[in-house]
Amino acid sequence: MEIIMAVLAGILFTMGVYNLLQKQLLRIIIGTGLISHGAHLFILTMGELKTGAPPVLTEGVENYTDPLPQALILTSIVISFGVTSLLLVLAYRAAKINGTDNMEQLRGNDYE
Amino acid sequence: MLVAVLLPFIIAIFIPLLSKWKEKIHTGFFVTIVPVLIFIYFARFLGTGFEPVVHEYSWIPSLDMNMVFHLDGLSLLFVLLISGIGALVAFYSVFYLHKSEQLGHFYVYFLIFMGSMLGVVLSDNVFALYSFWEFTSLSSFLLIGFWNYKKESRYGALKSMLITVFGGLSLLGALIFMSVLTNTSSIRGMIDQQQLILNNEYFPLILILLLLGAFTKSAQFPFHIWLPDAMEAPTPVSAYLHSATMVKAGIYLVARYSPMLSANEWFFIIVSIAGIVTLCWGSYMAVRQTDLKGILAFSTISQLGMIMAMLGFGTKAAIFGAVFHILNHATFKGSLFMVAGIVDHEAGTRDIRKLGGLMTFMPMTATLALFASFSMAGVPLPFLNGFYSKEMFFESSLHLEAASSGIAGILQTSVPYLAVFGSIFTFVYSMYFFFGTFRGQSHLNELPKKPHEAPIGMLISPIVLVAGVVVIGLFPSLINEPFIAHAAEAVKGVGLEEKDIYFWHGFIPPFIMSLTVLVFGSILALSRKVWAPVYNIVPGVLSMNKVYDGTVDRVERYSTTITKGYMNGSLGRYVRLILAAIIVISFAFMAMTGGFTVDTSTVAEITAPEILVAVTMVIAAIGTALTNNRIAAILILGVVGYGLSMLFVLYRAPDLALTQLIIETVTVALFLLVFYHLPKLRKKDEPVSTKVLNLVISIGFGALMTMVAISSHSSKFFESISNYFTDNSYKLGGGDNIVNVILVDFRGLDTLFEIVVLGIAAMAIYGLIRFRKNKEEE
Repeated sequence: MEIIMAVLAGILFTMGVYNLLQKQLLRIIIGTGLISHGAHLFILTMGELKTGAPPVLTEGVENYTDPLPQALILTSIVISFGVTSLLLVLAYRAAKINGTDNMEQLRGNDYE
Repeated sequence: MLVAVLLPFIIAIFIPLLSKWKEKIHTGFFVTIVPVLIFIYFARFLGTGFEPVVHEYSWIPSLDMNMVFHLDGLSLLFVLLISGIGALVAFYSVFYLHKSEQLGHFYVYFLIFMGSMLGVVLSDNVFALYSFWEFTSLSSFLLIGFWNYKKESRYGALKSMLITVFGGLSLLGALIFMSVLTNTSSIRGMIDQQQLILNNEYFPLILILLLLGAFTKSAQFPFHIWLPDAMEAPTPVSAYLHSATMVKAGIYLVARYSPMLSANEWFFIIVSIAGIVTLCWGSYMAVRQTDLKGILAFSTISQLGMIMAMLGFGTKAAIFGAVFHILNHATFKGSLFMVAGIVDHEAGTRDIRKLGGLMTFMPMTATLALFASFSMAGVPLPFLNGFYSKEMFFESSLHLEAASSGIAGILQTSVPYLAVFGSIFTFVYSMYFFFGTFRGQSHLNELPKKPHEAPIGMLISPIVLVAGVVVIGLFPSLINEPFIAHAAEAVKGVGLEEKDIYFWHGFIPPFIMSLTVLVFGSILALSRKVWAPVYNIVPGVLSMNKVYDGTVDRVERYSTTITKGYMNGSLGRYVRLILAAIIVISFAFMAMTGGFTVDTSTVAEITAPEILVAVTMVIAAIGTALTNNRIAAILILGVVGYGLSMLFVLYRAPDLALTQLIIETVTVALFLLVFYHLPKLRKKDEPVSTKVLNLVISIGFGALMTMVAISSHSSKFFESISNYFTDNSYKLGGGDNIVNVILVDFRGLDTLFEIVVLGIAAMAIYGLIRFRKNKEEE
């Protein structure tokens, strides 16, 4: 199952990067969202899946699922939420001020 | 001694403060005091019974970098030159630089240079020497570019910087080499263990690197090209840095290492050839110049070549002549530069074609120039010091102690002729300088100003220097034993038997050579206009400047092209390049090290619900790229997120599932709030090639991540630390929920910073929404 999950993470990364390479801001933000989903799954797969009960100590249970990746992912989810919301507002302001959300048009005149 | 070296730096800190009152009192007066104090401090050491002094101070002991100041005869000669000429130049600059100039900047650079130059000639530690060395290059750069509104100043500054720093780098290479071989960073230590260096297979490389450093700094052919352009600096700077002191740092370096290096025949060959060629080329080219300072620049190049050649000869007489000439050159060339500055100041131009007949207008200046330029020419008169060292040069060129065969042999026979050739042109440009400026027809209508004698303050410094020329000429023994002999001894490494300096030796070959120079020099000087067209043939259009300009031009163009190539402002391009690099490097490493492993022994079983969720997520993920509807894209992204939380449930991560659900909901809500303000999604209109490229990079990256995930799951190099948390969650953290205990207890600080990050993001979002650049935007 881990291998299937690794492939799934890979596909999420693929689609995330593909969106990231687009020109429109909204697509880029969607891309980062997909990449962070992929990363979470990626971390989860690195540990072993389903080796025991959920990591909440309970009387009589010996085996628990690895808690460490979960702690890392939990941190990561919150951070990526912060990133996504900041990006969204940034895109909103950029589009509002510049009148476009096309990255090719936002790169300034120095390169023309 | 540490105080003496640091004094200029310390005073430099206060210069900005002192220059505040520059309207009342010229900052140069304060600055003049510094070298005077240093000169007095070091003058105490003069005397026949001089013994080298070593002072040691800890700097970075762990790196074996200590401030070791070693004052021997050679250092003493340089130290007195630096402080003595420094004092005169600082005083001269008071009258040369108007109060409206940026005096603060000027004197800060000036003092930095003085301190670092003292550091160069006193440091025994090679790394300290190198640091000071580069500081002199840097301050020279700043001083040449002092009038930075002039294009030529900037060009000259950059040129000197590029060439001397190139040399500085190769010097560093040589120093590192030698300090690794001998396991010491002390110059004396290296010379003590010279066999280790001389017999090393890399010795030729060390020699070349070291000499590159010395030759670029001392403007030896073909690296001399920076010196004429450095004349854009204010004249006091040219007199100080570019004739008396900094350009002699290369000479110093060669002299310092010559006890060791002269044991090798190639040292003799390379240094002698470079010196002689520079001597001839510099003096030949000097006659072609029309700018007074241009003449002096090429003259300096040629004189430096002469000193370098004598160091290359390496005989006792040659070394003695070399150190003697270092002193003599500083006196007459320093005064000539000041004369050129006076002419420029009082007549308004330095163009020798417009000058002439100035003797009647500025008799004092003309007299000074007469003494100095005749001394430079080596005219045999008993009150001109230039003649003595020129005579020693001729003498030593006749008595080389080299092998009689091979390159050294050819060199040995040709050196006397080349010496005479170079000296003839030295004579010619000296006469050209003096007669062209002060004698002949005056063209007053072509001068921007009506020329008049300089103020007495401006004359004092050149008077002192010319007095030096005459005193040394009349009483050479005055400075011989107490001063020059120690310097020569320090270079040669062994004691020299007493060498007396006489004016009259009889009709011996050196004197005949001097007479030859006098006769042919006079003929050539008088007929200069007749043979001047020869410059159209040699050098004609050939010039090292073209090589330099071409190189710099090309480097600039190529680097612009390369930079423009990958930094074209397109974010997509940057991301593609970065990702492509990651993909290529990672795959290459994986292939080379066999890092990809698959271990299916510990995998969990495959169950239907997971497959179902996974397939849904794959379809949704692909869907995000295909749809052109904003709401659809956002909702599909939500599907992926909710799918992920389903997976968290299945993989027994209740906390993750909960958090993911909440966050996903909030995110989707945010997206929906914002998307209304964003332009509609357009159909992707990029060309097929870009589309394919994007696809290849995306798939490559996805594949890479999959392989890394599988490999890291399959390879266990050490036991997981997870058990520690499981075992101690309750004992140490007092909680049943292990994930929560890790977050708020074991890794509590991480969580705190995570909150900080969120706080910063929240503030940024608030700021972005709330604040406007101007009110009208609302």
